[in-house]
Amino acid sequence: MDWLNAVVQGALLGGLYALFAAGLSLIFGVMRLVNIAHGDLIVLAAYLGLTTSVALGLHPLLALVVVVPAMAGIGYVLQRGVLNQTLGDDLLPPLLVTFGLSVIIQNALLETYTADPQKMDAGVLETASFGVGGLQLGLLPVLTFGVAVLVIAGLQWIFYHTPLGRAFRATSDNQDIAQLMGLNKAHVFGLAMALSLAVVAIAGIFLGIRTSFDPSIGGGRLIFGFEAVIIGGLGNLWGTLAGGVILGVAQTVGAKIDPGWQLLAGHLVFLVILAVRPSGLFPRVDG
Amino acid sequence: MAEPILKISGLNAYYGDFQAIYDLDLHVDQGEVLAIIGANGAGKSTLLRSISGLMANGADQVKFHGQNIGDLRADQVAQRGIALVPEGRQLFPSLSVEENLLIGGRVGRAGPWSLRAVYDLFPILEERKSQASTSLSGGQQQMVAIGRALMANPDLILFDEISLGLAPIIIRDIYAALPGIVGDGMSAIIVEQDISKALSVSSRVYCLQEGRVSLEGTSDGLTREEISRAYFGIE
Repeated sequence: MDWLNAVVQGALLGGLYALFAAGLSLIFGVMRLVNIAHGDLIVLAAYLGLTTSVALGLHPLLALVVVVPAMAGIGYVLQRGVLNQTLGDDLLPPLLVTFGLSVIIQNALLETYTADPQKMDAGVLETASFGVGGLQLGLLPVLTFGVAVLVIAGLQWIFYHTPLGRAFRATSDNQDIAQLMGLNKAHVFGLAMALSLAVVAIAGIFLGIRTSFDPSIGGGRLIFGFEAVIIGGLGNLWGTLAGGVILGVAQTVGAKIDPGWQLLAGHLVFLVILAVRPSGLFPRVDG
Repeated sequence: MAEPILKISGLNAYYGDFQAIYDLDLHVDQGEVLAIIGANGAGKSTLLRSISGLMANGADQVKFHGQNIGDLRADQVAQRGIALVPEGRQLFPSLSVEENLLIGGRVGRAGPWSLRAVYDLFPILEERKSQASTSLSGGQQQMVAIGRALMANPDLILFDEISLGLAPIIIRDIYAALPGIVGDGMSAIIVEQDISKALSVSSRVYCLQEGRVSLEGTSDGLTREEISRAYFGIE
């Protein structure tokens, strides 16, 4: 029963990792941009959520109403103002610029909020739990997982059933020809980054309710996001959810064996899958 | 005589240090089908890239409806009413047939062309509308590429080597469809290596050679000797 519990808790934790990963996967898919600052943007969203909920006296989940549009706006401006200039045939410039951005965000957060760990107060949601077949499930992890499924279903719907999604896929296929169809790629990329950071906002709030955070933890969240994307297979959003779940289960089962093994077990499973299936478990199949 | 719909004057186009087009003048009249012929590397595709905005040039080197468009981006040129059927078809592989057509209609210009009208022109596309565009035959893909350009309801449509890599019978079918496409006032530029095909559907022709116009005239008024001299540059 203990083992089953570890697996279920890990799967639920995977929902949070899928939220970390979804935005990363989305922008890589649309514009081949690897965003090293992704983890720090998650932490930035958590701080924005903290400030909003404290200043307005809102429950952290209600702060989403403010933080999601704010992060989306930041994403659009960031893409149009900075990142579009780095995109080209070479993958290195966007990598370097987002690395620099990561350092800037960390230090700006440090200046503004100090290095003290912070936590959002979500009241009873943090501790509420319910029993299912002998297992005790926390309300927050279950909610996080449900939101992750909804976010991925929503992204999937946008990608495959809306004109915006068509524009994303067309621009991803061939930027020049997409431009001939009247799509301004600078704008399309801006919208993709806005969508990515809207998801980051959700991820940041759930992170901030679940654990305490400080300006330095962005790098770790980036790694979890990356691992979930790679395990699931690039360009496959449901695969990303599966990747998050596998990573989460590996970590909790590792921690069950020995508490010191939590992170190591996750990384090991990631390495094994990368060695056996270099393109991930569920790579996108192009027609 | 009315103002030409497209007027190119003194166009120079470069790839880095390499100059592909030298001081080129050309015009397309309202409702006219213009053919551009020339050997490989004569600058035909570069000319179409310059018109469609994939290459930026001096603003006044390309005028459309009397306005400077030489320095506009391709999406802005598309909004003004120029559509390109690119060489090699270049469909979007992750989009279905119907989605490829729909994205062509994204510019939202009013006109006779709609999904319905394209399906009436090429009925086979309606049968295949949910398939991946890559699963079609070459000729069917070319129909999608043409339909995708028509969906924008352009005033000027550019065809870049539409017969390249297709079986002769397919080429015949596609050329048979052309009069129905450019019949209602749309102007067209047809770039072709197949000279007789190009001459048969056009009213005027330009021959390019090493980035310059080597011959210009009406399609039925030029002799074979004149054309081959202009085409190959043999004196």
